[in-house]
Amino acid sequence: MSLPGSDTGEHDGHTAAADAPARVTGETLCVGAGSGEVLRLDEPLSLWGGTDLATGRIIDVHHPQHGISIAGRVLVMTASRGSSSSSSVLAEQIRAGVAPAAILLGTRDAILTLGAIAAAEVYQVRLPIVLMDAAEIAAVPASGPVDVRAEPGQATVSW
Amino acid sequence: MAASVALHLTPEDEAKLDGSWGEGMAMAMRIVVALARLSQAPRLIDVASAHIDGCLYHGQAGLDFAEKLVHLGATVAVPTTLNVSSLDLLHPGLVRLEAAEAGPARRLMDAYVALGARATWTCAPYQISSRPSCGTDIAWAESNAIVFANSVLGARTARYGDFMDIAAAITGRAPFIGLHVPANRVPTLEIDCSAIGAHVLATDAAWAALGFAVGRAAAEEVCILTGIDPAFVDEDRLKALGSTAASSGGVALFHVAGSTPEAVVAGVAWPVPGTRKVAITADALRAARDELTTAAGVGGQLDAVSLGTPHFSLTEFAKLAEVLDDGVPFDPGCQVWISTSRAVLAAAQEQGYAEVCEQAGARFVVDTCTYLVPILSESVRTAMTTSGKWAWYAPGNLGIDVVFGTLEECVASARAGKVVRDESAWE
Repeated sequence: MSLPGSDTGEHDGHTAAADAPARVTGETLCVGAGSGEVLRLDEPLSLWGGTDLATGRIIDVHHPQHGISIAGRVLVMTASRGSSSSSSVLAEQIRAGVAPAAILLGTRDAILTLGAIAAAEVYQVRLPIVLMDAAEIAAVPASGPVDVRAEPGQATVSW
Repeated sequence: MAASVALHLTPEDEAKLDGSWGEGMAMAMRIVVALARLSQAPRLIDVASAHIDGCLYHGQAGLDFAEKLVHLGATVAVPTTLNVSSLDLLHPGLVRLEAAEAGPARRLMDAYVALGARATWTCAPYQISSRPSCGTDIAWAESNAIVFANSVLGARTARYGDFMDIAAAITGRAPFIGLHVPANRVPTLEIDCSAIGAHVLATDAAWAALGFAVGRAAAEEVCILTGIDPAFVDEDRLKALGSTAASSGGVALFHVAGSTPEAVVAGVAWPVPGTRKVAITADALRAARDELTTAAGVGGQLDAVSLGTPHFSLTEFAKLAEVLDDGVPFDPGCQVWISTSRAVLAAAQEQGYAEVCEQAGARFVVDTCTYLVPILSESVRTAMTTSGKWAWYAPGNLGIDVVFGTLEECVASARAGKVVRDESAWE
């Protein structure tokens, strides 16, 4: 595991990320590669009932990021939530092209991973899903583009 | 964070995986093995039956997945039941789905039948024949079926869901994880119910309210309820408790001291000394009742009553028929729906219960459920139910207000066309 230089309060405009491409590694739960703008969920989200099947928009009115779309984003979910039907919702969003570009998880979420595995079986579309510990997740920037490469065994997240 | 547990596969598992048993088997086995690796299982185990939730239509992907398995020649290897679908095939037109959705929903049902599953279409497979016995490993989906199988039957199932349920049915295998592992079935939380009065526990709805409080207290922990007289315990009540606890929390296994099979075997050994303990009182049940109620109080107009979530049992039909036996009809402005399975409806018709309900004005829904698909009239604003699960999901799914109450309160309200409460049942 390699963590980028932590925020050491260096002078303005010169962060560790600017020195070299920063990266962290995690455990691959689902093989694939994807990149997109980071979307860090402020609260757990159930894809079933919480996101629109056709657009990927967050429709859970109780969710603080209600209205934002997960489509094409690198979705960071530190905790799991929701119905097992979320497997089907993720598979359908992958089919429709409105799924996240990659998912970074803080828990071993079998429901989401099964949705991605099923979509890979049927459509040969691979959505990378990566398991990371709290320090690794904290190292991922809160916004901006991120690249995710999940290979068998180990995944790399870089920006 | 590399996986630290190596998965051991038998030669037969390997053969299923490499295509020797056909491409359909190989696809199903890839999914089972992926879940096993993901959940760090040391090995796979045989399962004796499966219950499939994947037959409810959530979009094209679920249909493409099932039809691909059919196309690759897969069939189920163990007795397999099917959960509710999106349609009522016995009452065409009852579910108001547009053709663009009804067509694929029907194809999805056909695909699962083609894979060899029984056309049971019920969320309560435990109400029909050939139930799994205590100690048997099974692969069941649908949260209420999972908690009932684990708690009331003493069978062992992890929480399965879409894609994995049918993969387990086809391979006959599942990862040895979660509640398949005996050590994970020991209660880690005691819920003391001794302060709840006997007459409160005499209504089935109180058990749904109890389930709501249990779900909140236990979240995903295995709990044991103590201080409940076994004379009050029956399967309808445990169904109400478990289904609501699986909605308000993530409960997949609960025990009732002196009543449920594993608690009876454990005897005084459970709860293990030092187990964390909380208490639930009649006040908490009343609070649960009110939290499961979104409509403004007593006396408001009532447009519908929905019973049978999870599916109405034959004994629940018998109780309802007894309450309706005085022949007073429902108010014409209040529609009364009973969701049940085809099998139980046929038995209720044979016993004469169904006729009593129909004469009072009730209508039946089979193969699906009133909280999942549009069945209630669009004019319905407020509905009443005995079901904690229905009360939990209907406001979000259907956009209506809900009142949770006892069967007697529901019948009195349906007859009056307005919400009637009997506080004495809750004190």
